[in-house]
Amino acid sequence: MIDALWGWPPPVLDPAGPYSERVTILAWVLLAMALVVTLIVVIALWIAVKGPDSLKRKLGGEKTVWIGGIAFPGVVLSVLLVWGLMMTGSLSEPITGKEMRIRVVGEMWWFRVQYLDNQGRVVMDGANEIHIPTNVPVVLELTSADVIHSFWVPHLSGKKDMIPGRVTLLRIEADRPGVFGGVCAEYCGGPHALMGFVTVAHEPEEWKQWAVQRNIALGEAIEPFGSVDVAGALPVVDDDVPPRIPPTPIVGEAARGRALFMSVGCAACHRVAGTEANGLAGPDLTHVGSRRTLGAGILPNHLGTMMGWIGDSQAIKPGIRMPSYDRLPAEDIAAMAMWLEQQK
Amino acid sequence: MKSRITRQVPGRGLGLPGLARAGALTALALVSACKEPPTTRRMPDSAAASRGLALIDKVGCGACHEIPGLDWPKGRLGPSLAGFDDVGLIAGHLPNRPGTLAAFIRNAPAVKPGSTMPPMPLTEEQAADIAAYLYGIDND
Repeated sequence: MIDALWGWPPPVLDPAGPYSERVTILAWVLLAMALVVTLIVVIALWIAVKGPDSLKRKLGGEKTVWIGGIAFPGVVLSVLLVWGLMMTGSLSEPITGKEMRIRVVGEMWWFRVQYLDNQGRVVMDGANEIHIPTNVPVVLELTSADVIHSFWVPHLSGKKDMIPGRVTLLRIEADRPGVFGGVCAEYCGGPHALMGFVTVAHEPEEWKQWAVQRNIALGEAIEPFGSVDVAGALPVVDDDVPPRIPPTPIVGEAARGRALFMSVGCAACHRVAGTEANGLAGPDLTHVGSRRTLGAGILPNHLGTMMGWIGDSQAIKPGIRMPSYDRLPAEDIAAMAMWLEQQK
Repeated sequence: MKSRITRQVPGRGLGLPGLARAGALTALALVSACKEPPTTRRMPDSAAASRGLALIDKVGCGACHEIPGLDWPKGRLGPSLAGFDDVGLIAGHLPNRPGTLAAFIRNAPAVKPGSTMPPMPLTEEQAADIAAYLYGIDND
């Protein structure tokens, strides 16, 4: 995530979708107007200090105050307000029910991601990574499990607060494939600065494949692929999509890692679908091996960082709720990391 | 340069500033006459070292190791790499030489069977850059 937010141009000036594009246009117009006003003030200042007397008299006259002090800002600001509201109106346009729905819950200090079908039922759990198809409007249902967080993918949209007990809606849409970094933009406690995520925009066909591999029922999760609008209908999977990747056989150290994961306590907080690990307090780890990042968008994901995270997460992200498992021998940590990295 | 100094010193007389100046110039002449450092001495390649630091950040070595020059993270699962150039043996086992270190960074279990440091997603050149950075850390 951090990588995805670096570089030039900064993400806010590099929109990757229609919603962020409007925010960017607004930002440039704001900047241009600020420059024009600054220029006017500097010229007036120069006249007041060094200009000829005739100009000075004009500058101090009643007419200048009426025109420059009341008419000009009144007209310009009114026009800008109306134009700005019209242009950004689509950011908050009403939900039609045809959009793809994803619920994102802010937690201290990570993001729970739930893909919903059009009935609002959860079809897949995830964490810290949001996968969307390009050129499809996505409505994010934002909420929080604890304190106020704020959801921000500068490439795709503006910020929106995640408020406990309420659901706020945010539209995002990507018009090109890519990995777009996101952050929590509202201070939410100690490790706030290390609370991030990535949004991955796929070409629709690629997204479809991704979803099928994870058993997301396409028919219901996303309208452009054909929806089933019957209340209580069971999710439908198209027949012409490639079959789900068979699970990797678990052997050797990974098998020992799996047993350790269940016995040393990880399963109390983490869920891995298809196993007895069913904890809901921490991020869902069902597909953790396929994620781009670890620790909520802060570390690259590979065997080494996974070991470092399990063994001493408190050194990496001090204050989080996951304890360091530094009492375990390194061989055990390695075995668990190996198994987790296989959870693609 | 040197010949100009020797010509000027006698002409300055014996005043105190002149003496001080003569002393300073003599010292300078002595220092500049010192032998050059031997060419065989290994000097860390600074371009490689700066690439190495960027790679360390990108790959996430800090998840397990404290590394000078890297503000975050400072992992504690593995040993601190401060003063690594002075360490006698890599992982208490292998001679601390650039080639060995690069190989260890890239695929530790292959070089030291049983090592709990896993293989890293790095090419050989990238591992060599990281080794160059680790040798270039000067915190003595």
